[in-house]
Amino acid sequence: MAKRIGMEVAIAVAEAVGLCDIDMAAVYPITPQSHIAEHLSDLVADGEIDAEFVTVESEHSAMSAVIGASGAGARSFTATSSQGLMLMHELLPIASAMRLPICMSIANRAVSGPLNILNDHTDIMPQRDSGWISLFVENGQEAIDLSIQAFKIAEHKDVMLPVCINIDGFQLTHMVEPFEMPSKEEVEKFLPPFVPHATLHPAKPVTMGAFAMSDYFTEIMKAKDEALKSSKKVILDVWDEWAKLFGRAYKPVETYQSEDAEIIMLTMGSMGETAQMAIDALRAKGVKAGLVKLRMWRPFPFAEMKTAIQQAKKLIVTDRAISFGGPGGPVFSEIKSAMYAEACRPLMYNYIYGLGGRDVPVGDFIGMFEKVLADTENKAVDTYEFWGVRE
Amino acid sequence: MALKTWKELPIGCVVSDPGSASEYHTGSWRSQRPIWDNAKCIKCGICYVYCPEGCVQQTEDGFFKADLDYCKGCGICSHECWPRAIKMVEEE
Repeated sequence: MAKRIGMEVAIAVAEAVGLCDIDMAAVYPITPQSHIAEHLSDLVADGEIDAEFVTVESEHSAMSAVIGASGAGARSFTATSSQGLMLMHELLPIASAMRLPICMSIANRAVSGPLNILNDHTDIMPQRDSGWISLFVENGQEAIDLSIQAFKIAEHKDVMLPVCINIDGFQLTHMVEPFEMPSKEEVEKFLPPFVPHATLHPAKPVTMGAFAMSDYFTEIMKAKDEALKSSKKVILDVWDEWAKLFGRAYKPVETYQSEDAEIIMLTMGSMGETAQMAIDALRAKGVKAGLVKLRMWRPFPFAEMKTAIQQAKKLIVTDRAISFGGPGGPVFSEIKSAMYAEACRPLMYNYIYGLGGRDVPVGDFIGMFEKVLADTENKAVDTYEFWGVRE
Repeated sequence: MALKTWKELPIGCVVSDPGSASEYHTGSWRSQRPIWDNAKCIKCGICYVYCPEGCVQQTEDGFFKADLDYCKGCGICSHECWPRAIKMVEEE
């Protein structure tokens, strides 16, 4: 077993990316991602890694630069957060349509306005349909592991899609946590060299990102959808290999005490560990409570999700974003949609919480369970509520 | 040219045949086409200069015509022609 070390998670993510033999990075610093940009820049400047660090004037440029570099056959990395991700938005579907295996760390942070630098998921949710593989982590160890796995998944010949790893800003990025950092040799063994599907080179001219009209656009969208859906198999294979090499297993839907649970809560990201403490407290009181944690946001793991939640009587979906004027939180509407055709499905409730960095202690999770259990007449089923909002 | 199915598309729709854009006949977009009246034409070539597609060509007799494979029918040549020698007519 590797030696456990203590390090700030953002620094550790940069260290992990530094183990992946990247050729270039273009990162524009933005709170709470900045430590990733700064440390990766240090690693390049100090000669620790042999890569180009392109200093760009915006996140739009950062994404443009990694698209160009990836097109030229370079293993390319970027990282951002919140407004930076919003500024990249225009380019995200271009990267996936061009099937460029770019890897990006996102230090999830609330989107303005009002201006707020703290954690929630309002930055990633508008990027949902951009054709990127989108995975969530719960702690520092997962952030490191998935940052390395991302390159192997993205660059697999049957995938060739960009991957973003969602790491809750501050809650994770700025924590000093104990974890095992794989060695350079271990990562070299795990991660094969990048073999691009095509490259920009004068000796063999190609056009990437060409124009397509109505006669081809539908076929191209279909091909992209199929590519994203079929990436799931590769992700599962990579996680199997990781478990064998490093002893840490990853699943599309993680479960905790959910097998016999009558009431289940669903979380994404760092809130899972706090919710787990609430489950322990509820179980101690005799409540058959369980937790499912959605790791694989895209591609969406329909089968695994059904298996994890189908047997419960009630399901509390928690969301760290809201679709204004819509059906509630984005995770809630996806879960409802995924379960719509099932004859056997739980009654569903939705709490929007932890917005703009608002703290959600264990007692709040217990409160959500108690409130749903008290709804014996099912009056609040299929509704959403801003948890803890001052009325 | 038969249109490809989604399964036949190359990854990322990379075009590996240089110059193949010429096979794409943007003239199919056209709803109007330019007609030159050579009795009014003074062979100044302003239609050639202004054509954004570069599809207006000079013929051996010095007059001009558009390559209808690529002419989108934008009408700029007609708009710029000060002797009013180019008329836009509806495609059938």
